[in-house]
Amino acid sequence: MTFPRVPLTWITTPVLIILFLLGWDLYVTWFEISKFILPRPISVFDGLVELFATPSTYRHTWVTTYETVAGFAIATVIGIGLGAVLGKVPWLERTLNPFIIATQVVPKVALIPLFILWFGFGPESKIIVSAVIAFFPILTNTLLGIKSVDFGQRDVMTSLNAGKWQTFVTLEFPSALPAILTGMEVGIVLAIIGAVVGEYLGGSEGLGYLAVATLAAYKVNLLFAVIILLTAVGFVLYIAMVSVRRFVIPWHESVLIERQQVAG
Amino acid sequence: MPDNADAAATDEIELVGVDKIFKTLDGDVAALDPIDLCVARGEFLVLLGPSGCGKTTILRIIAGLLGPSNGTVKIGGRDLWVRGRRDDKAVQELGIVFQDASLFPWFSVEQNIALPLRLRGASRRAQRDKARELCKLVGITGFEKRWPRELSGGMRQRAAIARALSYDPEILLMDEPFGALDAMTRDQMNLELQRIWLDRGCTIVFVTHSIPEAVFLGDRIVLLSPRPGRINSITDVPFDRSRRMEVQTDPAFQTIVKDLRGRLEAM
Repeated sequence: MTFPRVPLTWITTPVLIILFLLGWDLYVTWFEISKFILPRPISVFDGLVELFATPSTYRHTWVTTYETVAGFAIATVIGIGLGAVLGKVPWLERTLNPFIIATQVVPKVALIPLFILWFGFGPESKIIVSAVIAFFPILTNTLLGIKSVDFGQRDVMTSLNAGKWQTFVTLEFPSALPAILTGMEVGIVLAIIGAVVGEYLGGSEGLGYLAVATLAAYKVNLLFAVIILLTAVGFVLYIAMVSVRRFVIPWHESVLIERQQVAG
Repeated sequence: MPDNADAAATDEIELVGVDKIFKTLDGDVAALDPIDLCVARGEFLVLLGPSGCGKTTILRIIAGLLGPSNGTVKIGGRDLWVRGRRDDKAVQELGIVFQDASLFPWFSVEQNIALPLRLRGASRRAQRDKARELCKLVGITGFEKRWPRELSGGMRQRAAIARALSYDPEILLMDEPFGALDAMTRDQMNLELQRIWLDRGCTIVFVTHSIPEAVFLGDRIVLLSPRPGRINSITDVPFDRSRRMEVQTDPAFQTIVKDLRGRLEAM
Protein backbone atom coordinates (compact mmCIF):
# COMPACT_ATOMS: atom_id res chain seq x y z
CA MET A 1 0.00 0.00 0.00
CA THR A 2 1.22 3.52 -0.73
CA PHE A 3 0.34 6.29 1.66
CA PRO A 4 0.66 9.98 0.85
CA ARG A 5 3.72 11.60 2.40
CA VAL A 6 1.59 13.77 4.68
CA PRO A 7 0.06 11.65 7.48
CA LEU A 8 -3.61 10.99 6.81
CA THR A 9 -4.58 12.35 10.24
CA TRP A 10 -3.40 15.84 9.22
CA ILE A 11 -6.34 15.90 6.85
CA THR A 12 -8.95 13.83 8.67
CA THR A 13 -8.62 15.53 12.07
CA PRO A 14 -9.33 19.15 10.89
CA VAL A 15 -12.12 17.93 8.59
CA LEU A 16 -13.80 16.06 11.45
CA ILE A 17 -13.47 19.05 13.78
CA ILE A 18 -15.03 21.39 11.19
CA LEU A 19 -17.87 18.94 10.54
CA PHE A 20 -18.49 18.63 14.28
CA LEU A 21 -18.61 22.43 14.78
CA LEU A 22 -20.92 22.85 11.77
CA GLY A 23 -23.30 20.17 13.06
CA TRP A 24 -23.24 21.74 16.52
CA ASP A 25 -24.06 25.22 15.16
CA LEU A 26 -26.83 23.92 12.88
CA TYR A 27 -28.36 21.98 15.76
CA VAL A 28 -28.39 25.04 18.07
CA THR A 29 -29.84 27.42 15.45
CA TRP A 30 -32.42 25.02 13.93
CA PHE A 31 -33.82 23.78 17.19
CA GLU A 32 -33.44 27.18 18.93
CA ILE A 33 -31.56 25.74 21.90
CA SER A 34 -31.22 28.14 24.82
CA LYS A 35 -27.74 29.62 25.21
CA PHE A 36 -27.87 28.53 28.85
CA ILE A 37 -28.09 24.93 27.70
CA LEU A 38 -25.79 24.91 24.70
CA PRO A 39 -24.16 28.09 23.37
CA ARG A 40 -23.16 28.41 19.71
CA PRO A 41 -19.55 27.57 18.80
CA ILE A 42 -18.84 31.21 17.99
CA SER A 43 -20.04 32.19 21.46
CA VAL A 44 -17.73 29.59 22.97
CA PHE A 45 -14.92 31.09 20.92
CA ASP A 46 -15.75 34.49 22.43
CA GLY A 47 -15.66 32.79 25.82
CA LEU A 48 -12.18 31.45 25.07
CA VAL A 49 -10.98 34.93 24.09
CA GLU A 50 -12.43 36.33 27.31
CA LEU A 51 -10.84 33.52 29.31
CA PHE A 52 -7.38 34.12 27.90
CA ALA A 53 -7.76 37.87 28.45
CA THR A 54 -8.40 37.30 32.16
CA PRO A 55 -5.07 37.21 34.10
CA SER A 56 -6.38 34.87 36.83
CA THR A 57 -6.91 32.12 34.20
CA TYR A 58 -3.19 31.48 34.08
CA ARG A 59 -3.02 31.19 37.83
CA HIS A 60 -5.87 28.63 37.79
CA THR A 61 -4.23 26.68 34.96
CA TRP A 62 -0.96 26.59 36.83
CA VAL A 63 -2.63 25.39 40.04
CA THR A 64 -4.41 22.51 38.29
CA THR A 65 -1.25 21.50 36.40
CA TYR A 66 0.81 21.66 39.57
CA GLU A 67 -1.69 19.55 41.55
CA THR A 68 -1.89 16.98 38.76
CA VAL A 69 1.85 16.66 38.27
CA ALA A 70 2.56 16.54 42.00
CA GLY A 71 -0.13 13.92 42.59
CA PHE A 72 1.07 11.92 39.62
CA ALA A 73 4.68 12.07 40.82
CA ILE A 74 3.69 10.72 44.24
CA ALA A 75 1.58 8.00 42.60
CA THR A 76 4.48 7.04 40.33
CA VAL A 77 7.06 6.77 43.10
CA ILE A 78 4.79 4.78 45.42
CA GLY A 79 3.24 2.74 42.60
CA ILE A 80 6.55 1.63 41.13
CA GLY A 81 8.21 1.16 44.52
CA LEU A 82 5.41 -0.88 46.03
CA GLY A 83 4.82 -2.76 42.76
CA ALA A 84 8.45 -3.79 42.58
CA VAL A 85 8.51 -4.93 46.21
CA LEU A 86 5.26 -6.88 45.89
CA GLY A 87 6.46 -8.40 42.63
CA LYS A 88 9.59 -9.69 44.35
CA VAL A 89 7.97 -10.81 47.62
CA PRO A 90 4.99 -13.07 46.81
CA TRP A 91 3.90 -13.61 50.42
CA LEU A 92 3.71 -9.86 50.96
CA GLU A 93 1.63 -9.51 47.82
CA ARG A 94 -0.79 -12.19 49.02
CA THR A 95 -1.01 -10.51 52.43
CA LEU A 96 -1.56 -6.97 51.19
CA ASN A 97 -3.65 -7.74 48.12
CA PRO A 98 -7.10 -7.54 49.83
CA PHE A 99 -6.24 -4.15 51.29
CA ILE A 100 -4.94 -2.76 48.02
CA ILE A 101 -8.06 -3.92 46.22
CA ALA A 102 -10.21 -2.45 49.00
CA THR A 103 -8.61 0.98 48.52
CA GLN A 104 -9.52 0.74 44.85
CA VAL A 105 -13.12 -0.44 45.04
CA VAL A 106 -13.97 2.33 47.49
CA PRO A 107 -15.44 5.10 45.30
CA LYS A 108 -12.62 7.57 45.75
CA VAL A 109 -14.71 10.53 44.67
CA ALA A 110 -16.80 9.89 47.77
CA LEU A 111 -13.63 10.21 49.84
CA ILE A 112 -12.81 13.67 48.53
CA PRO A 113 -14.83 15.53 51.19
CA LEU A 114 -12.89 13.52 53.76
CA PHE A 115 -9.55 14.50 52.20
CA ILE A 116 -10.67 18.12 52.20
CA LEU A 117 -11.59 17.78 55.85
CA TRP A 118 -8.17 16.31 56.65
CA PHE A 119 -5.92 18.30 54.36
CA GLY A 120 -7.81 21.56 53.90
CA PHE A 121 -9.13 23.49 50.93
CA GLY A 122 -5.68 24.18 49.50
CA PRO A 123 -3.81 22.23 46.83
CA GLU A 124 -2.66 19.54 49.30
CA SER A 125 -6.01 17.76 49.37
CA LYS A 126 -6.21 17.77 45.55
CA ILE A 127 -2.68 16.44 45.23
CA ILE A 128 -3.59 13.59 47.54
CA VAL A 129 -6.83 12.80 45.67
CA SER A 130 -4.88 12.86 42.43
CA ALA A 131 -2.19 10.55 43.82
CA VAL A 132 -4.68 8.07 45.27
CA ILE A 133 -6.58 7.78 41.98
CA ALA A 134 -3.50 7.56 39.73
CA PHE A 135 -1.62 5.13 41.96
CA PHE A 136 -3.48 1.90 41.24
CA PRO A 137 -2.85 1.41 37.50
CA ILE A 138 0.83 2.20 38.04
CA LEU A 139 1.06 -0.34 40.85
CA THR A 140 -0.73 -3.15 39.00
CA ASN A 141 1.23 -2.62 35.80
CA THR A 142 4.54 -2.58 37.66
CA LEU A 143 3.55 -5.76 39.47
CA LEU A 144 2.55 -7.45 36.22
CA GLY A 145 5.75 -6.32 34.50
CA ILE A 146 8.02 -7.58 37.27
CA LYS A 147 6.25 -10.93 37.35
CA SER A 148 6.21 -11.41 33.56
CA VAL A 149 9.98 -11.68 33.10
CA ASP A 150 10.93 -14.21 30.42
CA PHE A 151 12.11 -17.57 31.81
CA GLY A 152 14.97 -17.81 29.31
CA GLN A 153 16.30 -14.42 30.37
CA ARG A 154 16.00 -15.47 34.04
CA ASP A 155 18.04 -18.57 33.20
CA VAL A 156 20.74 -16.34 31.77
CA MET A 157 20.99 -14.41 35.03
CA THR A 158 20.88 -17.59 37.12
CA SER A 159 23.62 -19.19 35.06
CA LEU A 160 25.75 -16.08 35.54
CA ASN A 161 25.37 -16.22 39.33
CA ALA A 162 23.72 -12.80 39.34
CA GLY A 163 22.65 -11.42 42.71
CA LYS A 164 19.09 -10.34 43.53
CA TRP A 165 19.82 -6.64 43.12
CA GLN A 166 21.77 -7.20 39.89
CA THR A 167 18.87 -9.24 38.53
CA PHE A 168 16.45 -6.47 39.44
CA VAL A 169 18.50 -3.69 37.88
CA THR A 170 19.63 -5.42 34.69
CA LEU A 171 16.66 -7.70 34.01
CA GLU A 172 13.46 -7.26 35.99
CA PHE A 173 13.13 -3.49 36.01
CA PRO A 174 13.99 -2.87 32.33
CA SER A 175 11.78 -5.79 31.36
CA ALA A 176 8.88 -4.25 33.31
CA LEU A 177 9.37 -0.73 31.93
CA PRO A 178 6.96 -1.00 28.97
CA ALA A 179 4.19 -2.15 31.33
CA ILE A 180 5.10 0.54 33.88
CA LEU A 181 4.88 3.25 31.23
CA THR A 182 1.46 1.98 30.15
CA GLY A 183 0.35 2.25 33.78
CA MET A 184 1.72 5.79 33.93
CA GLU A 185 -0.14 6.76 30.75
CA VAL A 186 -3.41 5.68 32.38
CA GLY A 187 -2.27 7.27 35.64
CA ILE A 188 -1.65 10.77 34.26
CA VAL A 189 -5.21 10.92 32.88
CA LEU A 190 -6.63 9.78 36.21
CA ALA A 191 -4.43 12.31 38.03
CA ILE A 192 -6.05 15.15 36.08
CA ILE A 193 -9.50 13.84 36.92
CA GLY A 194 -8.53 13.63 40.59
CA ALA A 195 -7.27 17.21 40.71
CA VAL A 196 -10.27 18.68 38.84
CA VAL A 197 -12.92 16.79 40.81
CA GLY A 198 -11.13 17.85 44.00
CA GLU A 199 -11.39 21.47 42.86
CA TYR A 200 -15.08 21.05 42.02
CA LEU A 201 -15.84 19.98 45.53
CA GLY A 202 -13.85 22.45 47.55
CA GLY A 203 -11.39 25.30 47.32
CA SER A 204 -11.03 28.55 45.45
CA GLU A 205 -8.36 27.81 42.88
CA GLY A 206 -7.83 25.74 39.77
CA LEU A 207 -9.71 25.08 36.55
CA GLY A 208 -12.21 22.81 38.31
CA TYR A 209 -13.11 25.66 40.65
CA LEU A 210 -13.27 28.04 37.66
CA ALA A 211 -15.75 25.72 35.92
CA VAL A 212 -18.02 25.70 38.95
CA ALA A 213 -17.70 29.49 39.32
CA THR A 214 -18.62 30.20 35.68
CA LEU A 215 -21.62 27.90 35.95
CA ALA A 216 -22.76 29.68 39.08
CA ALA A 217 -22.56 32.95 37.11
CA TYR A 218 -24.61 31.42 34.25
CA LYS A 219 -21.75 32.06 31.85
CA VAL A 220 -22.24 28.80 30.00
CA ASN A 221 -20.06 29.81 27.04
CA LEU A 222 -17.25 30.50 29.53
CA LEU A 223 -17.83 27.08 31.11
CA PHE A 224 -17.33 25.52 27.69
CA ALA A 225 -14.16 27.57 27.28
CA VAL A 226 -12.86 26.27 30.63
CA ILE A 227 -13.63 22.70 29.57
CA ILE A 228 -11.69 23.25 26.34
CA LEU A 229 -8.75 24.65 28.31
CA LEU A 230 -8.90 21.64 30.66
CA THR A 231 -8.88 19.32 27.68
CA ALA A 232 -5.86 21.13 26.30
CA VAL A 233 -4.00 20.84 29.61
CA GLY A 234 -4.84 17.13 29.78
CA PHE A 235 -3.75 16.66 26.20
CA VAL A 236 -0.38 18.32 26.79
CA LEU A 237 0.27 16.27 29.93
CA TYR A 238 -0.75 13.01 28.22
CA ILE A 239 1.33 13.70 25.12
CA ALA A 240 4.30 14.56 27.34
CA MET A 241 3.87 11.24 29.14
CA VAL A 242 3.51 9.24 25.93
CA SER A 243 6.55 10.81 24.30
CA VAL A 244 8.65 9.74 27.28
CA ARG A 245 8.26 6.18 25.94
CA ARG A 246 10.49 6.95 22.99
CA PHE A 247 13.36 7.97 25.24
CA VAL A 248 12.95 5.46 28.05
CA ILE A 249 12.39 2.31 25.98
CA PRO A 250 13.74 3.01 22.48
CA TRP A 251 14.34 -0.74 22.14
CA HIS A 252 10.72 -1.77 22.59
CA GLU A 253 8.43 -2.97 19.77
CA SER A 254 5.90 -0.20 20.47
CA VAL A 255 8.60 2.36 19.64
CA LEU A 256 10.30 0.45 16.82
CA ILE A 257 6.99 -0.12 15.01
CA GLU A 258 6.14 3.56 15.30
CA ARG A 259 9.52 4.43 13.83
CA GLN A 260 9.06 2.03 10.93
CA GLN A 261 5.65 3.53 10.18
CA VAL A 262 7.12 7.00 10.10
CA ALA A 263 9.95 5.80 7.87
CA GLY A 264 7.59 3.87 5.59
CA MET B 1 42.83 -31.39 19.13
CA PRO B 2 41.15 -33.83 21.44
CA ASP B 3 43.22 -36.90 21.71
CA ASN B 4 41.06 -39.62 23.20
CA ALA B 5 43.82 -41.42 25.12
CA ASP B 6 44.98 -38.17 26.70
CA ALA B 7 41.49 -36.77 27.20
CA ALA B 8 40.28 -39.82 29.11
CA ALA B 9 42.66 -38.87 31.92
CA THR B 10 41.11 -35.43 32.34
CA ASP B 11 37.35 -35.49 32.49
CA GLU B 12 35.92 -32.00 32.37
CA ILE B 13 32.39 -33.09 33.19
CA GLU B 14 31.48 -36.19 35.14
CA LEU B 15 27.95 -37.44 35.79
CA VAL B 16 27.55 -40.43 38.10
CA GLY B 17 24.11 -41.97 38.67
CA VAL B 18 22.38 -38.72 37.83
CA ASP B 19 18.62 -38.97 37.50
CA LYS B 20 15.66 -36.62 37.64
CA ILE B 21 12.26 -37.36 39.09
CA PHE B 22 9.50 -34.76 38.82
CA LYS B 23 6.81 -34.88 41.47
CA THR B 24 3.34 -34.41 40.02
CA LEU B 25 -0.19 -34.84 41.33
CA ASP B 26 -0.31 -38.28 39.72
CA GLY B 27 2.82 -39.36 41.56
CA ASP B 28 6.47 -39.33 40.62
CA VAL B 29 7.45 -39.15 36.98
CA ALA B 30 10.98 -40.16 36.03
CA ALA B 31 12.26 -37.71 33.43
CA LEU B 32 15.72 -39.24 33.48
CA ASP B 33 16.88 -42.70 34.52
CA PRO B 34 20.25 -42.84 36.31
CA ILE B 35 22.93 -41.78 33.85
CA ASP B 36 26.71 -42.07 33.91
CA LEU B 37 28.51 -39.83 31.49
CA CYS B 38 31.98 -38.35 31.17
CA VAL B 39 33.00 -35.53 28.88
CA ALA B 40 36.72 -35.18 28.19
CA ARG B 41 38.50 -31.84 28.26
CA GLY B 42 38.31 -30.21 24.83
CA GLU B 43 35.76 -32.71 23.57
CA PHE B 44 32.78 -31.84 21.42
CA LEU B 45 30.00 -34.02 22.79
CA VAL B 46 26.55 -34.09 21.23
CA LEU B 47 23.38 -35.16 23.05
CA LEU B 48 21.00 -36.42 20.39
CA GLY B 49 17.45 -37.64 20.78
CA PRO B 50 13.76 -37.11 20.12
CA SER B 51 11.71 -34.73 22.24
CA GLY B 52 11.04 -36.02 25.73
CA CYS B 53 14.33 -37.92 25.91
CA GLY B 54 15.67 -35.65 28.65
CA LYS B 55 18.52 -34.13 26.66
CA THR B 56 17.65 -30.64 27.78
CA THR B 57 17.18 -31.94 31.34
CA ILE B 58 20.73 -33.34 31.29
CA LEU B 59 22.08 -30.07 29.95
CA ARG B 60 20.23 -28.03 32.57
CA ILE B 61 21.57 -30.30 35.30
CA ILE B 62 25.13 -29.84 34.02
CA ALA B 63 24.44 -26.10 33.81
CA GLY B 64 23.36 -25.99 37.44
CA LEU B 65 19.93 -24.64 36.49
CA LEU B 66 18.26 -27.84 37.68
CA GLY B 67 19.25 -30.00 40.62
CA PRO B 68 19.49 -33.76 40.01
CA SER B 69 17.25 -35.94 42.17
CA ASN B 70 20.12 -38.36 42.79
CA GLY B 71 23.74 -38.76 41.76
CA THR B 72 26.68 -36.39 41.51
CA VAL B 73 27.79 -33.88 38.91
CA LYS B 74 31.41 -32.80 38.76
CA ILE B 75 32.69 -29.87 36.75
CA GLY B 76 36.46 -29.79 36.39
CA GLY B 77 36.67 -32.14 39.38
CA ARG B 78 34.49 -29.93 41.61
CA ASP B 79 31.11 -31.02 42.89
CA LEU B 80 28.47 -28.81 41.27
CA TRP B 81 25.93 -29.40 44.03
CA VAL B 82 27.05 -29.28 47.62
CA ARG B 83 24.28 -30.18 50.07
CA GLY B 84 21.59 -28.96 47.69
CA ARG B 85 23.36 -25.69 46.95
CA ARG B 86 25.07 -24.82 43.70
CA ASP B 87 28.82 -24.27 43.91
CA ASP B 88 29.38 -20.86 42.35
CA LYS B 89 33.03 -21.63 41.58
CA ALA B 90 32.05 -24.65 39.48
CA VAL B 91 29.42 -22.63 37.64
CA GLN B 92 32.00 -20.03 36.62
CA GLU B 93 33.51 -22.52 34.22
CA LEU B 94 30.23 -22.78 32.30
CA GLY B 95 28.99 -20.72 29.40
CA ILE B 96 25.46 -21.42 28.23
CA VAL B 97 23.76 -20.77 24.90
CA PHE B 98 20.00 -21.19 24.93
CA GLN B 99 17.63 -22.24 22.18
CA ASP B 100 16.27 -18.74 21.72
CA ALA B 101 19.19 -16.38 22.08
CA SER B 102 17.67 -14.81 25.25
CA LEU B 103 19.43 -11.53 24.64
CA PHE B 104 18.17 -8.56 26.64
CA PRO B 105 16.34 -6.27 24.21
CA TRP B 106 17.12 -3.15 26.26
CA PHE B 107 20.87 -3.65 25.87
CA SER B 108 22.82 -3.10 22.67
CA VAL B 109 24.54 -6.13 21.16
CA GLU B 110 27.78 -4.99 22.76
CA GLN B 111 26.19 -4.58 26.20
CA ASN B 112 24.57 -8.00 25.89
CA ILE B 113 27.88 -9.65 25.11
CA ALA B 114 29.57 -7.84 27.98
CA LEU B 115 26.75 -8.57 30.46
CA PRO B 116 28.64 -11.36 32.29
CA LEU B 117 31.65 -9.06 32.69
CA ARG B 118 29.45 -6.22 33.89
CA LEU B 119 27.97 -8.51 36.55
CA ARG B 120 31.50 -9.31 37.66
CA GLY B 121 32.28 -5.62 37.99
CA ALA B 122 34.68 -5.29 35.04
CA SER B 123 35.45 -1.73 33.93
CA ARG B 124 33.46 -0.25 31.06
CA ARG B 125 36.58 -0.20 28.96
CA ALA B 126 37.32 -3.87 29.60
CA GLN B 127 33.70 -4.70 28.77
CA ARG B 128 33.84 -2.82 25.48
CA ASP B 129 37.20 -4.24 24.43
CA LYS B 130 36.09 -7.79 25.13
CA ALA B 131 32.79 -7.28 23.30
CA ARG B 132 34.66 -5.92 20.26
CA GLU B 133 37.04 -8.88 20.27
CA LEU B 134 34.17 -11.37 20.54
CA CYS B 135 32.09 -9.66 17.85
CA LYS B 136 35.03 -10.23 15.57
CA LEU B 137 35.36 -13.86 16.64
CA VAL B 138 31.70 -14.68 15.99
CA GLY B 139 31.50 -12.53 12.87
CA ILE B 140 29.15 -9.69 13.82
CA THR B 141 31.60 -6.79 13.73
CA GLY B 142 29.79 -3.58 12.85
CA PHE B 143 26.65 -4.50 14.78
CA GLU B 144 27.97 -3.66 18.26
CA LYS B 145 25.63 -0.70 18.76
CA ARG B 146 22.48 -2.26 17.33
CA TRP B 147 19.50 -3.50 19.32
CA PRO B 148 19.15 -7.32 19.33
CA ARG B 149 15.79 -6.90 17.59
CA GLU B 150 17.51 -5.43 14.57
CA LEU B 151 19.55 -8.60 14.06
CA SER B 152 18.62 -11.73 12.13
CA GLY B 153 18.08 -15.00 14.01
CA GLY B 154 21.52 -16.29 13.07
CA MET B 155 23.22 -13.10 14.17
CA ARG B 156 21.36 -13.14 17.48
CA GLN B 157 22.69 -16.64 18.15
CA ARG B 158 26.20 -15.46 17.26
CA ALA B 159 25.78 -12.70 19.85
CA ALA B 160 24.51 -15.25 22.39
CA ILE B 161 27.60 -17.41 21.76
CA ALA B 162 29.80 -14.36 22.18
CA ARG B 163 28.09 -13.58 25.51
CA ALA B 164 28.68 -17.15 26.71
CA LEU B 165 32.36 -16.86 25.76
CA SER B 166 32.90 -13.42 27.32
CA TYR B 167 34.37 -14.71 30.58
CA ASP B 168 36.43 -17.44 28.90
CA PRO B 169 34.62 -20.46 30.32
CA GLU B 170 36.18 -23.88 29.98
CA ILE B 171 32.89 -25.40 28.98
CA LEU B 172 30.21 -24.30 26.54
CA LEU B 173 26.74 -25.80 26.99
CA MET B 174 24.45 -25.37 24.01
CA ASP B 175 20.74 -26.25 24.02
CA GLU B 176 19.58 -26.62 20.39
CA PRO B 177 21.11 -23.24 19.62
CA PHE B 178 20.43 -23.42 15.89
CA GLY B 179 17.06 -25.20 16.08
CA ALA B 180 15.09 -22.13 15.02
CA LEU B 181 17.33 -21.24 12.06
CA ASP B 182 16.79 -22.08 8.40
CA ALA B 183 18.84 -24.93 6.93
CA MET B 184 21.38 -22.76 5.12
CA THR B 185 22.05 -20.48 8.07
CA ARG B 186 22.28 -23.56 10.24
CA ASP B 187 25.02 -25.12 8.08
CA GLN B 188 26.91 -21.88 8.20
CA MET B 189 26.54 -21.60 11.97
CA ASN B 190 27.79 -25.18 12.37
CA LEU B 191 30.94 -24.31 10.44
CA GLU B 192 31.39 -21.15 12.50
CA LEU B 193 30.87 -23.01 15.75
CA GLN B 194 33.51 -25.57 14.76
CA ARG B 195 35.92 -22.74 13.97
CA ILE B 196 35.24 -21.01 17.30
CA TRP B 197 35.63 -24.29 19.19
CA LEU B 198 38.96 -25.05 17.46
CA ASP B 199 40.08 -21.48 18.15
CA ARG B 200 39.13 -21.60 21.82
CA GLY B 201 39.89 -25.20 22.65
CA CYS B 202 36.94 -25.35 25.06
CA THR B 203 34.74 -28.32 25.87
CA ILE B 204 31.31 -28.29 24.25
CA VAL B 205 28.14 -30.17 25.16
CA PHE B 206 25.67 -29.63 22.35
CA VAL B 207 22.01 -30.67 22.38
CA THR B 208 20.22 -31.27 19.08
CA HIS B 209 17.56 -33.40 17.45
CA SER B 210 19.15 -33.14 14.00
CA ILE B 211 21.18 -36.23 13.09
CA PRO B 212 23.33 -34.60 10.34
CA GLU B 213 24.11 -31.70 12.66
CA ALA B 214 25.13 -34.12 15.41
CA VAL B 215 27.40 -36.15 13.11
CA PHE B 216 28.94 -33.07 11.53
CA LEU B 217 29.80 -31.41 14.85
CA GLY B 218 30.40 -34.18 17.36
CA ASP B 219 33.47 -36.09 18.46
CA ARG B 220 31.04 -38.39 20.21
CA ILE B 221 27.28 -38.63 19.93
CA VAL B 222 25.25 -39.73 22.92
CA LEU B 223 21.93 -41.04 21.62
CA LEU B 224 19.14 -40.81 24.19
CA SER B 225 15.84 -42.65 24.19
CA PRO B 226 12.71 -41.16 25.71
CA ARG B 227 10.35 -41.73 28.64
CA PRO B 228 12.24 -41.99 30.82
CA GLY B 229 15.41 -40.56 29.31
CA ARG B 230 18.32 -42.99 29.18
CA ILE B 231 21.45 -43.48 27.13
CA ASN B 232 20.73 -45.66 24.11
CA SER B 233 24.20 -45.70 22.58
CA ILE B 234 27.39 -43.69 22.22
CA THR B 235 28.85 -43.24 18.74
CA ASP B 236 32.39 -42.07 17.93
CA VAL B 237 32.69 -39.83 14.89
CA PRO B 238 36.16 -40.29 13.37
CA PHE B 239 36.39 -37.48 10.77
CA ASP B 240 39.33 -35.12 10.90
CA ARG B 241 39.07 -31.50 11.92
CA SER B 242 38.37 -29.09 10.68
CA ARG B 243 35.48 -30.70 8.90
CA ARG B 244 34.00 -29.16 5.79
CA MET B 245 30.41 -29.34 4.68
CA GLU B 246 31.43 -31.82 1.95
CA VAL B 247 32.10 -34.42 4.64
CA GLN B 248 28.34 -34.96 4.64
CA THR B 249 28.58 -36.66 1.24
CA ASP B 250 31.26 -39.07 2.52
CA PRO B 251 29.90 -42.68 2.56
CA ALA B 252 31.23 -43.15 6.11
CA PHE B 253 29.25 -40.07 7.19
CA GLN B 254 26.13 -41.48 5.55
CA THR B 255 26.67 -44.81 7.32
CA ILE B 256 26.75 -43.13 10.75
CA VAL B 257 23.65 -41.07 9.91
CA LYS B 258 21.82 -44.20 8.73
CA ASP B 259 22.82 -46.16 11.80
CA LEU B 260 21.60 -43.38 14.13
CA ARG B 261 18.38 -42.98 12.19
CA GLY B 262 17.75 -46.71 12.44
CA ARG B 263 18.25 -46.60 16.21
CA LEU B 264 15.94 -43.60 16.55
CA GLU B 265 13.21 -45.30 14.56
CA ALA B 266 13.55 -48.46 16.64
CA MET B 267 12.77 -46.52 19.85
